[in-house]
Amino acid sequence: MTISRNARMFLAALLGVGLAFIYIPLSVVVINSFNASKTFSWPPSRFTTIWWTKALENTGVREALKWSIFAGLSATAIALVLGTCLAFAVSRYQFFGREVISLLVVLPISLPGVVTGIALNNAFTKQLGMSTGLLTVVIGHATFCIVIVYNNAIARLRRMGTNLQEASMDLGANGITTFRLITLPNLASALFAGGLLAFGLSFDEIVVTTFTAGPGIQTLPIWIYNNLFRPNQAPIVNVVAATLVVLSVVPIYLSQRLSQDSTTGGRF
Amino acid sequence: MSSPVIISIRGLTRSFGDVHAVTGIDLDIYEGEFITLLGPSGSGKTTVLRMIAGFEKPDAGSISLSGKDVSQLPPYERDVNTVFQDYALFPHMNVLSNIEYGLRVKGVAKAERLERATEALHQVRLEGYGERKPSQLSGGQRQRVALARALVNRPSVLLLDEPLGALDLKLREQMQIELKALQRAVGITFIFVTHDQEEALTMSDRIAVFNQGKIEQLGTPREIYNSPRSSFVSEFVGQTNKIQIADEKINIRPEYITISNTHIEDSRVAKGVLKDIIFVGATTRYLVETDFGLIIANNPKETLVLGSSVHLSWDKNKEFLVR
Repeated sequence: MTISRNARMFLAALLGVGLAFIYIPLSVVVINSFNASKTFSWPPSRFTTIWWTKALENTGVREALKWSIFAGLSATAIALVLGTCLAFAVSRYQFFGREVISLLVVLPISLPGVVTGIALNNAFTKQLGMSTGLLTVVIGHATFCIVIVYNNAIARLRRMGTNLQEASMDLGANGITTFRLITLPNLASALFAGGLLAFGLSFDEIVVTTFTAGPGIQTLPIWIYNNLFRPNQAPIVNVVAATLVVLSVVPIYLSQRLSQDSTTGGRF
Repeated sequence: MSSPVIISIRGLTRSFGDVHAVTGIDLDIYEGEFITLLGPSGSGKTTVLRMIAGFEKPDAGSISLSGKDVSQLPPYERDVNTVFQDYALFPHMNVLSNIEYGLRVKGVAKAERLERATEALHQVRLEGYGERKPSQLSGGQRQRVALARALVNRPSVLLLDEPLGALDLKLREQMQIELKALQRAVGITFIFVTHDQEEALTMSDRIAVFNQGKIEQLGTPREIYNSPRSSFVSEFVGQTNKIQIADEKINIRPEYITISNTHIEDSRVAKGVLKDIIFVGATTRYLVETDFGLIIANNPKETLVLGSSVHLSWDKNKEFLVR
């Protein structure tokens, strides 16, 4: 297809505007985290790292970072185990209700976070009599982290087919050895990519977290939300926001690189 | 055959839902022979191979390997190895690791593994390719690696599932000859599945022709070709003219029919008009309209002109009867 010069320039301009809308405000956040002016006067009056030092010294921030990382890692670990098992079941076995299960697993990603959050909160506190805390946050995050791992794993399993496993068994390896030496190495890059994405999602999630965290636990996004309108905290909020941006970019970038990896994967 | 039976199949049956893939097959396979399961797709030949390998369990019947019923054993407890249609090489391992795999999972020591894998690489003429990944090999080379990976285990039977299907014609013909030579050299029983009748005739000691889940005919390539027992076999293997002369139903291969401008005396003769000349490389097919219908002849006596009257003749002994 050929596009005229004018159309091409128009489309390029459109793309530029779109990207600018997303990334200029984000850059401002990062730049302001080094802005010496406490009221973020623009252009920045002076470069400073004092807000970063202050943020690092802030116990609230450090606690929140700790909880965020812990919740992200736990939810990702649960998602990796359950998501991989599910992907195996759905791709390798025929059973009643298989398509329904596949749909039910993927659905949470498109459910409004507020609905998931309220529903989970209700289930935890009213039906199960649990108090909200770190455990409930991890479970809440796992509901949508599973989707990411499941989707990555099932795509790879479908592309792999069953031939490699059959070849391995034919050559004398039992099911466990086949999984260890053949299936897992070929699945690893897909699982790693899925895990990174899941962690990224968990790390900046706020809606479900709000309803499942309870008063005791603050993740980084919740900390930002709670401190957003306290004038003294504004510069530190900026630093935390900048950190979140950077920490979210890394997993997404890595998982994209890994997904593009060879058709059957397994090469790091 | 004087060799002992290595695989004995009795009443083998397997259905997939409503599809009766294999319906009660009996077959004895002898030690050291090259036997081909030949048939169109869906005839059950691949299902039989997969049941011998252990990837499918039969609904009924038995498969004995060296006198022991293996039909319920998993693939990894059977002394057979498979060369897959798409090779199924492990993409994350290099060629040498692929070939060593079977020995490795059986706990063979590293030194012996390397020695046997190197020997297998030599057997398939791929010395120096050990460090390559499968993705860096051509189709023909992958085929050889798959062969080496199976043979290195010294199985009592090697199963080959249309292994030449993905290769181009030239390479396929070359591999047919190599495969046959290799089989003679190693002396292992080969069970070869194909839908290509020429391939089956070229390589096999015996051929089992499959149709709709049953074996239509079992015999040497000569028997199958010269005396097909059913019209299915006669049509699937080679070309056949089916002619009705008076009350007689005659089947005759085109290459036995001489076509000439003049009358030639033989036990059968016919007259007709030359309708078409089809050049197919090694042979040329002459389509002749006769009183008995269209007859194809491949054996011209001299140069023939399209549309002229011609005489056909053949030896009655070359005809065959079918069910």
